[in-house]
Amino acid sequence: MSNLSNTPSVRPLDQPAVSARVLWTAAGVGSLLLLLAYLVAFDQGAVSQGGMYLHELLHDGRHLLGVPCH
Amino acid sequence: MSLRSARTTPSYGSLLLRGLLAGLIAGLLAGVFAYATGESRIDAAIAIEEAAAHAAAPGAADDGHHDEELVSRTGQKGGLFLATALYGVAMGGLLATAYTLLRRRLRTPSDTRAVFGLAAAALVGIVLVPFGKYPANPPAVGDPATINQRTIAWVSIVVIGLVAVWAGVVAARAPRSGAPEWLRAAAALAGFLVVVAIGYVLLPTVDEVPAAFPASLLWTFRLASLGTQVTLWTMLGLAFAALLHRLRRDVPAEAEAVAV
Repeated sequence: MSNLSNTPSVRPLDQPAVSARVLWTAAGVGSLLLLLAYLVAFDQGAVSQGGMYLHELLHDGRHLLGVPCH
Repeated sequence: MSLRSARTTPSYGSLLLRGLLAGLIAGLLAGVFAYATGESRIDAAIAIEEAAAHAAAPGAADDGHHDEELVSRTGQKGGLFLATALYGVAMGGLLATAYTLLRRRLRTPSDTRAVFGLAAAALVGIVLVPFGKYPANPPAVGDPATINQRTIAWVSIVVIGLVAVWAGVVAARAPRSGAPEWLRAAAALAGFLVVVAIGYVLLPTVDEVPAAFPASLLWTFRLASLGTQVTLWTMLGLAFAALLHRLRRDVPAEAEAVAV
């Protein structure tokens, strides 16, 4: 590999274990990110509380991102 | 001393921030691709949808078809960028989260390859596997009465796609150490395909394309949709790897400065 020289010699086993605190934070952040994805892909006002406005605004993106839509 | 600091793993917060930024970049680029390749197809499909609606209820045509239209077509075309950007940010954050949790399980010394591996896994699991079973559909295709079943089926195939990738990785690692690489590749392929096949067989088939819908329009729309998602994940992988590389490069220098 040509980039061997500028890669720090980190072997997989050298990577520290993930602490419980990071694990819980990651779970919380991950849920929020899934909620954001839900908002784009499926929400029809239940989460956004803006009626169908957001749903209609994101209409084209939903189709082109391959999400089932009407 | 500096050697140890070079091994310092970036914090979850700094990884997450870069994932979100990479997602924003990738989402906007995917939006550009979608706008350039998909919008004319959506316009064409909406024209077909409206023609069909007028034919079904000719009397209603003059009652103001555009009543209750919350967002104009122009607004929706702008909203396309908002949609892909928000979706990109969400996926970027999830990629950074997956990287944080799985980095030490990815058996490569290269952080860049670890990111590419995760992005490729997402591309296969979230995009390609679902596309094979439930390809994207333009407006005018799809029965509104079945939207709930189709949504559940689509989410199921996304989950199955990710499980299939995971099964492939597990299968690749199953042979005893020292097993030839072709055997690991074959095992990975078998593990992946078994899960995908089960998912494809068990989930219901959906074919709601009207007989009169132009085949070429359906094809070009689906290609545009696939291209949008491939753009998103390719750019997300590249951008996150690039930001991570910059971060890695900065960390030892800072640590050294502190040590001195």
